[in-house]
Amino acid sequence: MVFNIGPQHPSTHGVLRLEVVTDGEIVKEVIPHIGYLHRCFEKHAESMPFNQTIPYVDRMDYMSAMNSEHAYAMGVERMLGITDQIPKRVEYIRVLVAELNRIASHFVAIGTYGLDIGAFTPFLWLMRDREHILRLLEWTCGARMLYNYIWIGGLYYDLPLQFEERCAEFSAYLKPKLEHLETLLITNKIFIERTAKVGVLPLDLAVNYGVTGPMLRGSGLKYDLRRVDGYSVYPELDFDIPIGTGAMGTVGDCWDRTYVRMQECHESLKIIDQCLTKLTHELKRDKDFNPRALVPKKIRPKAGDYYVRAENPKGELGFFFRTDGRSDIPVRCKARGCSFVNLSVLPEISKGVMISDLIAIVGSLDLVLGEVDR
Amino acid sequence: MNADLIFDLLKASFGQKKVLQIDLNDQPQSIEITAQENRALFTFLRDDDRLYFDMLSSITGIDNGPEVNTMEVIYNLYSIPFDLHLMVKIKFDRETPLVPTVSDIWKTANWHEREIFDLLGIRFEGHPDLRRILLPSDWEGHPLRKDDILQERYHGIKVDY
Amino acid sequence: MKGLHDQELSQGGVIVSNIDDLINWARLSSLWPMGFGLACCAIEMMGAMATGYDMDRLGVFPRASPRQSDVMIVAGTVTFKMADRVRRLYEQMAEPRYVISMGSCSNCGGPYWEHGYHVVKGVDRIIPVDVYVPGCPPRPEALIGGFMKLQEKIRGASSVKPLALERLMENEENQKV
Repeated sequence: MVFNIGPQHPSTHGVLRLEVVTDGEIVKEVIPHIGYLHRCFEKHAESMPFNQTIPYVDRMDYMSAMNSEHAYAMGVERMLGITDQIPKRVEYIRVLVAELNRIASHFVAIGTYGLDIGAFTPFLWLMRDREHILRLLEWTCGARMLYNYIWIGGLYYDLPLQFEERCAEFSAYLKPKLEHLETLLITNKIFIERTAKVGVLPLDLAVNYGVTGPMLRGSGLKYDLRRVDGYSVYPELDFDIPIGTGAMGTVGDCWDRTYVRMQECHESLKIIDQCLTKLTHELKRDKDFNPRALVPKKIRPKAGDYYVRAENPKGELGFFFRTDGRSDIPVRCKARGCSFVNLSVLPEISKGVMISDLIAIVGSLDLVLGEVDR
Repeated sequence: MNADLIFDLLKASFGQKKVLQIDLNDQPQSIEITAQENRALFTFLRDDDRLYFDMLSSITGIDNGPEVNTMEVIYNLYSIPFDLHLMVKIKFDRETPLVPTVSDIWKTANWHEREIFDLLGIRFEGHPDLRRILLPSDWEGHPLRKDDILQERYHGIKVDY
Repeated sequence: MKGLHDQELSQGGVIVSNIDDLINWARLSSLWPMGFGLACCAIEMMGAMATGYDMDRLGVFPRASPRQSDVMIVAGTVTFKMADRVRRLYEQMAEPRYVISMGSCSNCGGPYWEHGYHVVKGVDRIIPVDVYVPGCPPRPEALIGGFMKLQEKIRGASSVKPLALERLMENEENQKV
């Protein structure tokens, strides 16, 4: 039997179409059809200057816009050669908002995963906590979800007054909430029975398919670009990299990936606390500090090919630039979307499962269709 | 093991005719190879004990326009055990855009090559399933080409603003 | 019309009202959307339906299937590949049906108006729209404001001149032209 899990469906992943070939209830083959949200990012990037492309970069992976902007801005700054001149305060603020956004993105991932499995309460609790993060970020830069905050060479504005205190309050508020989440969803017997031993992704298959992020870490490899590449101020910060160990089933199953995402929320809180300490003591705010001081008037990098990558909450977000050295518009800018590559492994890991397991596997991939289709 | 040494190693194993030149200005540094018969070279890059490029991060296609009349495909390779980056470039004629596929060496290339075929029209010989992935299957033209003209209407809906 | 609960029920539980007002009140108090969440606006729509900006208090409860919903919220960018499906889903909805276009992309193509070759420049090229909610993405309060605007529109409808049927007949004439 061939049927369609069509582009409009009650699960909240977005416009993904899965053509499923089944034999009764067992899935024989899954063919994903994508492109229903192809918004021509690469054409836009070839038509406008580097700094004007930042809102479009936001809208690719709209759950974690700050991380995408961070990767893009870092790439262009490397091309211009001004990476060492960026002030430390700017770097720490960038890491702070990026980690806040990482927590928000993981909250939606875990919440909607619970919703797909059938658990409604964790979704409501996580959306409530996510509202606090969105309000903090709205206080900083004016927008709840698509920020245009991290500019090439600096930031749009400095943090507002008393932001550090509010953020520290939020961090103290969130720690017990993460424990609640663990008790409610992650160590819940029904959740474990639905997700353990389902959708096992072996490590060598994962690397061959180019899978990165919590999916690769859930299969047991300690590979996090914040530690491997050591970009921005991450080498100065102290945090662990959680990996999946097969605690409830096999290494690399859906439970492992969700567990890795939840542990990453704890680690992000650690990073946020360290950033706040730094921002209130050594890098205090200053009347003369101008976050736009280094923003170049005309962005004209040298000619060449560049590839820059950063750790998005979903995996490795890479940008390939080709510049001709004469103008401020790139000749070619390609975005390597992490969800695009993560989705390509779906036909392999969902052979011989039941249809409800297929929904569980798709949820654990943590897709954002804006990045799959760009 | 930096790009110079990799370049020398490849030249020693495959000869000057296949491995063309190295560009140290790019970041990561890049090696240009021939457009045809390069699958043995890619398999060597993936399997050799000193290189072990097990992750293909992304494949990019570039159209240089009808005046220059070339197109390029650029592979970004990364080795997880040895922490090595490498870019491999292939340049070929715009009239006959045909490149051998690497989708059986790195399975991630399957979808990347389909996307390049969709947006630029470069065909990959040996690809198991080369069809459009992002645009609808009855779309006319390859939009990222420099001389592409958009159709006026698609299924009765006006395309332009 | 005064609120039904304000009327004096002195006649022993009898309410006197217009049929129009009654039907319109019933329709606007329980608008069940088929949330057609396409892109970033879908997340703000989910946020509007969740705890912070609870839309359930307005009677708005998301339904999965178009056959069981009254209003279609087109939240996000409509692309050409998706356009046929949008049309089909709209035709599967039962009358009276309304469409809220949420966000800049479905209003007019949004930030992708200039170079977006695959973006439909406004969902009103495919289906007739009742309320446009601007924003990129619109705040949840803006979406709730859009719903209230739609409720105003329904309040003004009349069974003597049914709006939906009129619009359908107008559409058919325009297409013949």
